[in-house]
Amino acid sequence: MMQIARPLPVAFLLAVSVTGTWLLAAPLPVSQNQRSEVDLRIGGRIGAQPRFAVPDCLTLTSDDEMQDASQIIAQVLWDDLAFEREFRMVARDTYGSIPVARTLTDLPFDAWRELGADGVISCSVRRLDEDRVEVDARLFNTRTYESAVGERYTGSLRNVRAYAHAFSDEIHRRQRGLEGVAQTQLTFTSDRDSQSVLGLVPDRQTKEIYVADYDGANVRRVTTGRTLNVNPAWAPDGRSVAYTSYRSGLPDIVVSHLYEGRLETPAAGTSDAHNFLPAYSPDGTQMTFMSNRDGNPEIYVMNVDGTGLRRLTSHPGIDASPTWSPVGLQIAFTSDRTGSPQIYVVGVDGTGLRRITFESYCDRPTWSPSPYNEIAYASRTGPGFDIKIVDLATNEVRQLTFGLGTNESPSYSANGRHLAFSSTRGSGEKQIWQIGRDGRGVRRVTHAGNNEMPSWSR
Amino acid sequence: MTMQSRKWTAYRFLMVAAIVVFAASCVRTPPQVAPSAPPAPSVAEADPASPRPVPAPAPSAAPSPDAPPRLSDDEFSSRTLEEINRASPLEPVFFGYDSIELDADALEAIRSNMTTLESYSSWSITIEGHCDSRGTPEYNLALGERRALAVRNHLVDLGIDANRIRTISYGEEFPFTPGEHEAAWASNRRAHFVVTAR
Repeated sequence: MMQIARPLPVAFLLAVSVTGTWLLAAPLPVSQNQRSEVDLRIGGRIGAQPRFAVPDCLTLTSDDEMQDASQIIAQVLWDDLAFEREFRMVARDTYGSIPVARTLTDLPFDAWRELGADGVISCSVRRLDEDRVEVDARLFNTRTYESAVGERYTGSLRNVRAYAHAFSDEIHRRQRGLEGVAQTQLTFTSDRDSQSVLGLVPDRQTKEIYVADYDGANVRRVTTGRTLNVNPAWAPDGRSVAYTSYRSGLPDIVVSHLYEGRLETPAAGTSDAHNFLPAYSPDGTQMTFMSNRDGNPEIYVMNVDGTGLRRLTSHPGIDASPTWSPVGLQIAFTSDRTGSPQIYVVGVDGTGLRRITFESYCDRPTWSPSPYNEIAYASRTGPGFDIKIVDLATNEVRQLTFGLGTNESPSYSANGRHLAFSSTRGSGEKQIWQIGRDGRGVRRVTHAGNNEMPSWSR
Repeated sequence: MTMQSRKWTAYRFLMVAAIVVFAASCVRTPPQVAPSAPPAPSVAEADPASPRPVPAPAPSAAPSPDAPPRLSDDEFSSRTLEEINRASPLEPVFFGYDSIELDADALEAIRSNMTTLESYSSWSITIEGHCDSRGTPEYNLALGERRALAVRNHLVDLGIDANRIRTISYGEEFPFTPGEHEAAWASNRRAHFVVTAR
C-alpha cells in the first residue's frame, strides 16, 4: 500500500536536487588567483569572530516571486550562518544606509566595512522559466574585495530555501572546515492532523510521522495510516525513516522508503511479537529495536532486511530505547534492572555491559557523533525531565535544560554540535526544540499541534 | 487506587444497569444463534443499591467443572463488540507509578474478570497496557507491554486459556483521563480490557 502523503513526492524530489547533486549546476568557479583556501578565510578584528552581513539578493528578473525569493534566501542564509555560531551575524534591519549593490560583484565594500562587516554575502536570483530559477551567491571579504566562496544553484523556485542551506554549508566548510547541518532533516511524530483512530475504543487520536528541514520549515507528512505512529528514526543515508506503527493493529517497525513510496516491516511483527523503537547502525546495514517476542521487553539486532536476528539482552526487567554508537561497535539502551530506568552500554556482541547513569530515571540515550564521545539522555529532575549529557571518557554529567517544562527525547545533529528534543516549555504543548551541546542557542522549530520524539538526520 | 477502582466499578455498574433496563424495555428477542451462549455472570442484575455489584462471591464462584450450565439470559449475547465494549464488562487493572506490581485491588479486578471470561467462554480479549504521562514516551512503551503481560500471565495462571488473550502496549499515547494531576495519572496507569471476539 502506498503510504506516502500526496505532497511528498514533489517535495522530496526537490530536496534531492540539493542533497544529491544531479540537479545542481557545477559550482561556479571562483577567481582565486592560485591562492590557497586558507588565504580566503575571512578573519575578524583582532581577537573577534568575523562579522558577516547578508542583504537581500539582487533580483535580475523583476516580479513578486523573485522579490520574495530574494528575501527568503537572504534570511535563511543569515539564520543558517547564525545557527552554528562561527560568525557574528550583523542584524539585517541595520542595513538601511547601505547602497544596494549594482551587480553581484560590484558592492559598496567600504560601507559594509563601516557597518562592521568583515564579510558580506552577495546573491542574485533570476527566473529561467515558469518554475525554475538560477541563484548565484558569493561571500566577499570587505577588506580585500575578494570573493571567498561562490556557488550557483539552478532548480525549482519552490526550493530556494534549499539553495540557501547549501550555500551556508559551503561557507562553513570552506571558511571554517566545519560540516554544517543546514541541509539535514528532522523527523518526528505529531498530532497536527489528528483523527480518531479506527477501533473498538473511542476517543483515541492518531499520530503521524513527518519530516522537515532542520529548521522546521518545509514540513511533509510521511504516514497516512490513520493510526498511532511513534519513534521515527532516520536511516543514515536519509532516504528512509523507520518507526513504530500500529497500522496492522499491533505495534511493529515500519520502514518508509521516502523516495520510492515503499514500505517494509523487517521485524515481521505478529500478535506475539511486538516491535518498537528502531535505531539504525551507523553504516545503515543493521537495526536495533525493542521486542516482546520472548515474553519480555528485550533489545534485538537484525539486518535491515530482517535476516540475522539476534537477541542482545536477557533480563527479566525492562530493556528499551536502544541506540547505536557512532563506530557501530556498541549499543546504549535503557534498563530498569536495578529498579529504576538507567542508561547502559553493551557491545554489539552482547559483552561488556556497563551502567552509565546513576540518577532517578533516565531514558532515550542518543550517542553523539565523533569527535565527541558522549551520550545525551532525558533525566528526571523534578516533576519533569531535563536533557543531560554524560561524557563517556570522564563520566562527567552536564545538564543542558533546567526545568522549563519537561524536556525529552534528545537527538544529535550530524556534526554533534546541536541536539533536537521535545519540550513543553512555554505553551505546555509538546514541541521540537533545538539546543547547542554547550547548552546555548535554544530555539523552537515546530509550531502546529504537538510534536515529539525527534530524530535528526545524518 | 482503591478510590479509582471504586469509581470505575460504580461507573461500570451504571452502564450495565442501563443496558439491562434498555434490554428489558425491548421486545424480548430470542437469543442469537449462540450455541454455547454463555450465561450472564452473577453480576450487575443484582440489587441496584448494592454498593459493589461486580466481584462475584469470589472463592465460591470459582468454576467447578460440574457447575450447572447457565442459561443464555444474557445482556451481551445479542450485542455488537462495540456495544459490549461500551459497557466495559471487564474491569481495568490499575498500577502504581512505574510499577507492574499487582496489588490487592488489581488481583481482585483480575479475579472478577476471570469470572466474566469463564461465563463468556467464547470471548477473546486484548489487554492493553497503558501508562501515565510522567515517564518518557519511549520507556512507557516497554512499561505498558510489561503491565499487559503481567495481567495476562495472572489470568492464565487462574486458568484462562492463553489463546484467548492478546496484549498490546500503548505506552502513554492513549490517556483515559487528560491532565497532569494525580487523579489523571492514576486513571491512566492501567491494563485496559477490550473484547475483540464474542
